[in-house]
Amino acid sequence: METVEHATDTRPSLTTLPGDDIRQILWGFADRFDIQMLVQSVRPVARGQVARLVADGGRHTHDWTDAKNDLLASFDAAGVTALFADPEYGGFIEGPKNLALALAAFELAWVDGGAATCSLAGHLALAPIHEKGTEEQKRTYMSRAIPGQSEEVARGAFCLTEPLPFVGVDTRVLSGRVRIEGWDEGEEPMLRVEKRGRFITNMGFANFVTAAVESDDERLKGTCMVILEESDPGTFDRGSATHKLVHQLSSTTDPIFNLVVPASRIIGGYTLKDGVIVPNYNHSQIIEAVFRRTRVTVGLMTAAKMLSAVEPVIRYQRSRFRGGAADAPGSPRYDLGLQQKEDTLHRLVDVWAAGEAAAALGFATAKFFDEFDPIDHRRDDIFGEGGIPHGRAGLKVLAQKRGPALEYLRLRALGPGKRDEARLAELEKDDLTQFLVQDALALVLCPAVKLWNTGHGTNVMREAVSLMGGYGITEDCPGFLPQKWMDAQLEATYEGPEAVQRRQLSLTMTNELFLAQFQEWILELRRIAGTMPGTGACTLASAMELWQWTLQYLLTHTDADGATLYRDQRQGVTFPMADALCWLLASRYQILSIRELQTAATNGAVANAEGFLNFFADLAHVQAGNAAGEVSRICTSLVYGYNRHPSWDLQGSCCHHTEDLDTLESIMPGIAACAPSVGDVVDADGSHAPKAGPCVRFTGVEGFVARRNKVDGCLTGSRLAKDRAAQALTTVMIPEALDYPM
Amino acid sequence: MTPFHIVVCGSLVPDPLQTLEPTLGPEGPGLKNEMMLPSVLDPWAGHALYEAASLATKHPESRVWLVSLGPKARLQQLMMSIAQKAKFELVAIDSSASGFIDAQSVARTLATAIDEIDGLDKNRLLLFGGCASASRDAGVTVQMVGELLGLTDQFLAVDELEARDDGSLRVLERIEGGKYLASTVRGAPAVVAWATGKLPEPPNNPQVGMQNMRTILPALQKAKAAIPNRNSIHYQEVAIPQQKRETRVVKDMSVDEIAREIADWIRG
Ligand SMILES: Cc1cc2nc3c(=O)[nH]c(=O)nc-3n(C[C@H](O)[C@H](O)[C@H](O)COP(=O)(O)OP(=O)(O)OC[C@H]3O[C@@H](n4cnc5c(N)ncnc54)[C@H](O)[C@@H]3O)c2cc1C
Repeated sequence: METVEHATDTRPSLTTLPGDDIRQILWGFADRFDIQMLVQSVRPVARGQVARLVADGGRHTHDWTDAKNDLLASFDAAGVTALFADPEYGGFIEGPKNLALALAAFELAWVDGGAATCSLAGHLALAPIHEKGTEEQKRTYMSRAIPGQSEEVARGAFCLTEPLPFVGVDTRVLSGRVRIEGWDEGEEPMLRVEKRGRFITNMGFANFVTAAVESDDERLKGTCMVILEESDPGTFDRGSATHKLVHQLSSTTDPIFNLVVPASRIIGGYTLKDGVIVPNYNHSQIIEAVFRRTRVTVGLMTAAKMLSAVEPVIRYQRSRFRGGAADAPGSPRYDLGLQQKEDTLHRLVDVWAAGEAAAALGFATAKFFDEFDPIDHRRDDIFGEGGIPHGRAGLKVLAQKRGPALEYLRLRALGPGKRDEARLAELEKDDLTQFLVQDALALVLCPAVKLWNTGHGTNVMREAVSLMGGYGITEDCPGFLPQKWMDAQLEATYEGPEAVQRRQLSLTMTNELFLAQFQEWILELRRIAGTMPGTGACTLASAMELWQWTLQYLLTHTDADGATLYRDQRQGVTFPMADALCWLLASRYQILSIRELQTAATNGAVANAEGFLNFFADLAHVQAGNAAGEVSRICTSLVYGYNRHPSWDLQGSCCHHTEDLDTLESIMPGIAACAPSVGDVVDADGSHAPKAGPCVRFTGVEGFVARRNKVDGCLTGSRLAKDRAAQALTTVMIPEALDYPM
Repeated sequence: MTPFHIVVCGSLVPDPLQTLEPTLGPEGPGLKNEMMLPSVLDPWAGHALYEAASLATKHPESRVWLVSLGPKARLQQLMMSIAQKAKFELVAIDSSASGFIDAQSVARTLATAIDEIDGLDKNRLLLFGGCASASRDAGVTVQMVGELLGLTDQFLAVDELEARDDGSLRVLERIEGGKYLASTVRGAPAVVAWATGKLPEPPNNPQVGMQNMRTILPALQKAKAAIPNRNSIHYQEVAIPQQKRETRVVKDMSVDEIAREIADWIRG
């Protein structure tokens, strides 16, 4: 029989911080030299110019200063601006670019989130054009926005959010208006666009804007996005700078537009139907296509912050007592400083583990979108070729593919030898079936990254800051940790705050096409646990089963008043379940990333492979334990929390009368003595134990109890993993100084 | 103008921000965790490479080769940034780049590799390298490579090289007292071991990198393994200097201030 070694405490562990070689494997770009180079070109800008600007107090003003503006030229030179474009438009990366964009943002956010936002917002402005624009629009704006293609680089802003009481979380109802200003026979119609924006990034300097508006003219149908130029006739008022407390290296203002533009600026073009202009895409379709990609990048910005905290915290802790006369080199107090205290180490392990999970989830999702993009665009092509409009007709066509998609997933899960391979191959080749399968994942992964990485990430940054003591709340804190903490809160807010992501998840995570894949993952994790037992894969699989059981329960049960538990409006149920799912996903991708490292190590491509593998496995185990705990807490409160607590009214089946027990005592000696411990006893005078009521019985939720118990048991070893990871933090070599200024 | 064939010898050294702790193991001396520490292009070799690239752009049809002896996987990582800074062709030799390897055996390996470069015209050859190295500072390797290749016009600690229209080269070498020795040589071939030169480090440009990678990747794949002669030199002990190391990252400090601070620090 094959045996697998379980972790012992003397095995090799971390000796140095993981370098680029390790990261490339964990995050899946070891074979992508273009992307590796991008990382190397962005890093010096981040750790050089950006860091110096922050250290010099560049964040102290809301205004768009020359020094901030200089960053744009550096982004251009480092290839960040061109990153978005395909080679035909002056870019240098072939194919989908989600992972590349994510890494560029990660590198910048490692030092300053505002710098990352500044570079991203230009991509966000171009994204509607890139995703849904006409060929002409793509050619025009890509060539103007990509350095080296024209004399001046045109900068863009994306304008969706409107002043109160209009667009915010809810993006459906727009107050921005578009109507036909003039329409000469045989000429392009001219449109008047009135739009006010709130909190619009890049507006301090943008030359063009992609704006969401709604028609108030019967000759123009519905909503759309339009491109506005600063040179268009009318008002292009940038508005005053937002007094934000975060991301000050990006420009944010509340602009006002009242401009006349040709109808050819409608993004994606339009069709004339009975004398009415019908935009080919409404604003919701465009922003859905845009945000499902760009939100992933935002999630990775917060991941960068968490991981960037590790080195400064270790350095601070270790050197905390050095320099005093009493402590000589070689003494534990000198060498280890605060690392002598277990809590400081354990908390840093939690920060690091969460950072790894966030990065793994984010990068895996970015990579997933790189693979999904062609399928997504293929769907557009199929619809186009078939003359199928987006919207209801499109959904109908897709609905017919749900059966085959489920069948495909069932076959895939069966594994080789047990399934009809020919049918599987047939379904694999069917583009729309594959689209549905992947889309079900995309619709979960994107909001999960945005929600968990930024929301939980902000909490984690607070922990990191607390480990730096008083320094943690000063501007002089190494690694700019307090700035990053605060910045993370914006990442949790813009491009759709947490509520938006939870709302989306609460719909998409109940899709049977997603749940079928989720089920497959549970089995996959058990298999991984078989070969890599120290990663917490089994713990996670058990927690996933608990979540799965709970979801089915919530979908099919009602509360004490008979109201449906799982439904759109009941955010008290749906939102926590969404949160719980995110913990599971993050942990899963963290474990999968270690599997990549193990494969590379087997091929001999990693120095100190065993040490890195052991350490990352311990971190993953810690994180799986944290995730399991969180999921248990949430599921338990949802399963029990909506039932009314039994009272002492004797209707409850869990109460006994003392006199009944006395009668039974003659038949079953000892029952009177045992009963109080298994049920609850009410005396003849109605008195009972001093508590809220008889204890709850578990009838109907035995499945839950069994799974919950299993999860609890599966935490076995997770604290030992934490101890080992903590121990590694005391010996790992760190550089002499941080590679960016303070 | 005559095109040059410039061969730059340069490899990687551990990133200077890292803690460098020499250890004496069964394989001989090395740095603690050397294979895991991030590395950078040896700064002296870097100056040579950037000067070479700049000279090549001024003399059309010139070619630049970077001959690097180091662990292949780490060279590959290094190329992800270096390849973005200058245009060159890579000749990679898979070997240890430890600062403890005998300079003579390194020089011999380099000279052999240079001899084997396809299309190299030795009459146009300018052999570039650093006058020192951040990991060894034997300060002799480039001279020895030159000798092995039969190049006797050698210039050491060079800060400036001017290639004149008549093909001659005017070279400024550092000598004592902060002075330069100015020499003129009739032309290539010559050996130029650079000090810091005059050029700033070029910024990274992934577009340049992508072009370079077309030749660099195959070169890395072709890299031959060379085993440096560890037995030619014996170390009895390796240790860091007794003086305590203090590293600080500072911004906007004048050269005078830096010099004063270092002098004060040395005085103790
Ligand atoms: C610095 C900065 C830069 C920005 N850049 C841009 C930009 O470039 N372009 C752009 O268009 N926008 C931009 N925004 C706007 C940003 O996207 C919005 O602020 C965000 O979408 C939230 O909208 P809101 O502020 O109106 O919040 P609200 O809609 O008022 O929501 C406030 C809170 O109420 C709760 N809530 C609201 N609705 C629901 C619901 N349905 N269910 C449950 N809870 C709910 C949530 O807790 C939510 O966080 C930026 C914002 C900032 C601060």
